[in-house]
Amino acid sequence: MQYQAPDSFDAAVTLLNAEQGMARVLAGGTDVLVQLRAGTVEPDLIVDIKRIPGVHDITAEDGGWRIGAAVSGVELNAHADLCADWPGVAEAHDLIGSTQVQGRATLTGNLCTASPAADSVPAMVAAGATARVQGSNGTRDVAVEAVGTGPFKVSLAQGEVITSIFLPARGANGGDAYLRFIPRTEMDIAVVGAAVSLTLDGDKVASARVSLGAVAPTVLLVEGAANAIIGTSLDDAAMDKLAATASAACNPISDKRGTVEFRTKIAGVLAKRAAKIAYDRAKG
Amino acid sequence: MAFDEAKKDFNLIGTRPARPDGIDKVTGRAQFGADKAAPGQLHAAILRSPHAHARIKSIDTSAAEKAKGVKGIVTRADFATGLKGEMWNKLENVMAGEKALYDGHAIAAVAATSALAAKDALKLIKVDFEVLDHVTNVDESMKDGAPVIREGAAGPSTPEGMHPNVVGFYSSGHGDVDAGFADADLVIEDTFTTEATHQGYIEPHACLAQMGKDGKGEVWCCTQGHFNVAKVCGHLLGTEASQIRVTASEIGGGFGGKTEVFIEPVALALAKKTNRPVKLVMSRSEVFRASGPTASASMDIKIGMKKDGTMTAGRGVFRLQGGAFPGAPGTFTAMCAFAPYALENVSQEAYDVMTNRPKQAAYRAPGSPMAAFAVESVVDELCNQLGLDPIEVRLKNASREGSKASFGINWPRIGLVECLEAAKAHPHYSTAIPENGGRGVSCGFWFNHGGETAVSLALAEDGTVSLSVGTPDIGGSRASMCMMAAEELGIKYDDIRTTIADTATLGYNEISHGSRVTYASGLATIEAARDTIKKLCKRAAAKWGIDEDAVYWEDGFAKPSGPNAGEFEPMSLAKIASKMGATGGPIVGHYEATPEGAGVSFAVHIVDAEVDKETGSTSVGRYTVIQDAGKAIHPSYVEGQFQGGAAQGIGWALNEEYIYGEDGRLQNAGFLDYRIPVASDLPMIDTVIVEVPNPGHPYGVRGVGETSICPPLAAIANAVSNAAGVRMKSLPMSPPRILKALDEA
Ligand SMILES: Cc1cc2nc3c(=O)[nH]c(=O)nc-3n(C[C@H](O)[C@H](O)[C@H](O)COP(=O)(O)OP(=O)(O)OC[C@H]3O[C@@H](n4cnc5c(N)ncnc54)[C@H](O)[C@@H]3O)c2cc1C
Repeated sequence: MQYQAPDSFDAAVTLLNAEQGMARVLAGGTDVLVQLRAGTVEPDLIVDIKRIPGVHDITAEDGGWRIGAAVSGVELNAHADLCADWPGVAEAHDLIGSTQVQGRATLTGNLCTASPAADSVPAMVAAGATARVQGSNGTRDVAVEAVGTGPFKVSLAQGEVITSIFLPARGANGGDAYLRFIPRTEMDIAVVGAAVSLTLDGDKVASARVSLGAVAPTVLLVEGAANAIIGTSLDDAAMDKLAATASAACNPISDKRGTVEFRTKIAGVLAKRAAKIAYDRAKG
Repeated sequence: MAFDEAKKDFNLIGTRPARPDGIDKVTGRAQFGADKAAPGQLHAAILRSPHAHARIKSIDTSAAEKAKGVKGIVTRADFATGLKGEMWNKLENVMAGEKALYDGHAIAAVAATSALAAKDALKLIKVDFEVLDHVTNVDESMKDGAPVIREGAAGPSTPEGMHPNVVGFYSSGHGDVDAGFADADLVIEDTFTTEATHQGYIEPHACLAQMGKDGKGEVWCCTQGHFNVAKVCGHLLGTEASQIRVTASEIGGGFGGKTEVFIEPVALALAKKTNRPVKLVMSRSEVFRASGPTASASMDIKIGMKKDGTMTAGRGVFRLQGGAFPGAPGTFTAMCAFAPYALENVSQEAYDVMTNRPKQAAYRAPGSPMAAFAVESVVDELCNQLGLDPIEVRLKNASREGSKASFGINWPRIGLVECLEAAKAHPHYSTAIPENGGRGVSCGFWFNHGGETAVSLALAEDGTVSLSVGTPDIGGSRASMCMMAAEELGIKYDDIRTTIADTATLGYNEISHGSRVTYASGLATIEAARDTIKKLCKRAAAKWGIDEDAVYWEDGFAKPSGPNAGEFEPMSLAKIASKMGATGGPIVGHYEATPEGAGVSFAVHIVDAEVDKETGSTSVGRYTVIQDAGKAIHPSYVEGQFQGGAAQGIGWALNEEYIYGEDGRLQNAGFLDYRIPVASDLPMIDTVIVEVPNPGHPYGVRGVGETSICPPLAAIANAVSNAAGVRMKSLPMSPPRILKALDEA
């Protein structure tokens, strides 16, 4: 196994493209190193991106925020302005692991592991985040929901890396929230995750995005659930419809963490609770 | 040795000095199982069965033997032959014979120059398995047609005509239960289940072993009983126990799970084969798959009650699976079930059932927590339906001194009524139950144990004391031993150092189990101190030229017993010790016995819980433990045991379980999906120490380590059931189970 820590993404892409065997990009390593230890993957090449200039930066861009691919949970949550704009994304990322894990874990890594239960991904999807991808054919921006294609599968081509994540401008009267269900209070994997981002026009929801985690092979963006609350002030009927459409969108499995029935029901409950928090945040 | 009524004014007993092992533990100097290394040591790894049940047709180690760094491989052929009974079962569990009996069962082991090389070599061992049908559920395993784990394993108690997987039976009781039920105003009968849980000790099993071709061996390991390790290793390797000297490391938790022997014989066999020291450390997933979780249970309970709360009769049938070997603690389950109640009519029976799971091991009061869950749930339901106060009902029916226990004995002095009175008087019980919440109450009972014990206490010339005990310190016992010795000798706590001596240094000491250490090693320490005092008095008498009987010991000094004995300046322990070389040689006190007066212990827990009815999620609010400790030597460690039992009980009740797939493999062999509570899941656990002295100990000590896990499953289940408005009959009460029960209600 070879370890490389290039000082540019160009060099990283070159290394990845040249590798005949299995290659792994290393961001925080909180997934990669666990997999290595467990023997579930045995890569021939590891490309550590943490020494590339700029990967730890969070910069203002077009009213939103560009987050370097190696920004850790601690760094993200220490950024007061970003947290004020996107508290749901910040809280979702903060839910990952323990203090130790927070010192390393990145949004990019969470996205690229492509676990259906990844905590930050529904929040990013609801926020309308995009990932900037660099490969041998140049650079492209893709919607976060288009990165994961199935459990632990991504749409990135051989040699492609994510260089940063972009959270768009929050705009006025907006709020977001992410909630997950775990049987314990921390150190657990989401049995269900739900994120809602919305904007208000007076008391009424003007726009909304609803995303669900751990209830399908990929994180879902549920348009019907968003439509259920757009134009309402989250009255009981709207909330019931939100829950029903969220549950209806679920296509989960039964496993050691939860049953199909349980996940389906909880998706609706959490969507309602997250919508309420996002609404209250938008109200300010 | 009887309770010393005169001994009331203690100097040290009941105070809270810092534990002697504390600094080593917080600075990282303490050496645990995996911390030891020897020059030239090899690292071992174990190949484990991926199948729940399979015939091992052949094992081909030839490719692995040639792999880089590999120095030796052992299979069953490298262990003793001709073993019978218990030792055969132990060997069969340590290394599979003709069949792999559970997912994780050891098949072969490799010693190599690095841990990685050993692990890599495992992949080169070719095992030809013939996969067999398997069964992991206790009720399924008893049914006609269930796969047979092993023919002929049933013990003599097993009734005729049962499935060969049923290997033991117990029954007891008295009175006429049917007449009792006929007398009742309300009879409730129900079935309850609990899942297997793991003790969840943080330190995985680890050892370092050496063994020469001459059959002489040394083992360093984390264990609750190193004398037992020596004994078992002797049998399994075909040598004598005294040829294997075992030293117990510091221990990162055991809770009963480290009373068993898993890896030490394997490391010894590899050491013997390679003529090199061998280190073997289990991974967490190996700990889950192949050490000893507790039994799971299926239980039928029927209880009758009159409108005034009088219990008229109780019947329990308990089915416990203990993995692929006999030994599930059903007998204890049955005996503990109705122990808190003075019933005129009671009957209980228990079945010991084998399944394709790892051999169960003790887990704090083995068998008792599940019994309490089943019985106390029915008592709670009776109280609810009859509109009676749960503590009043328990007081009305409580076992007390002289009443006949459900399993036959007449109770000696016990403290259940005192615990119930303390619970009733505790502010927790009179506060309002939170909205959306429920309150649960439960009693719990455990026997406690004495066991073979040997202690030695040696004076140093400077007047300090070296105390050697043979029971690994699993809960702060070294502090308690220092306190008891200092109390007797009349010297400072800090002037005594307590060491867990190796197996070559003391006589046989039973395992640190059965909540026996502070009781039995404590009693032996007090006796060894008194033996030392006799010797000290003798030296003073010789010096003064008076009769030995004319000298007594007080507050650290030998004193002449009165004016007739003569006028002499009292002589301190340090003074006598400083001259001991010239006055007769080293002064060493000792005591060896099998004390049999371990006092039983009862507890009462009160719990408030809230249930989120939309998600089935439970949060435990206020929690109070009330337990009879007889006499708390070091109250902090007594409270620690109370809180620890409650904490583990919360895990068992709410989220912990062994989950097996259709393929018979363990699905959650790690702390991510085997959910022990994390710190933020737990409330502050309040404690009340009740002290009803045990007549069998000079200071009145009763064991406390196990009783604390008896009531929580039931108390939490009662709280959750009352909060949810639906009776929860299966543990764990995980959110999906609660939501399903709510949906079905
Ligand atoms: C104790 C513990 C607790 C955890 N708890 C949670 C939890 O609660 N919720 C949760 O969602 N996750 C949890 N995780 C998983 C993990 O921490 C997260 O998924 C984390 O966000 C991964 O980020 P990372 O930077 O460490 O990723 P890495 O391990 O570095 O990488 C993860 C994956 O992304 C790929 N990758 C990394 N960077 C790039 C890039 N720039 N371009 C392309 N591919 C890339 C890697 O090749 C790898 O496949 C936990 C892990 C541990 C060890």
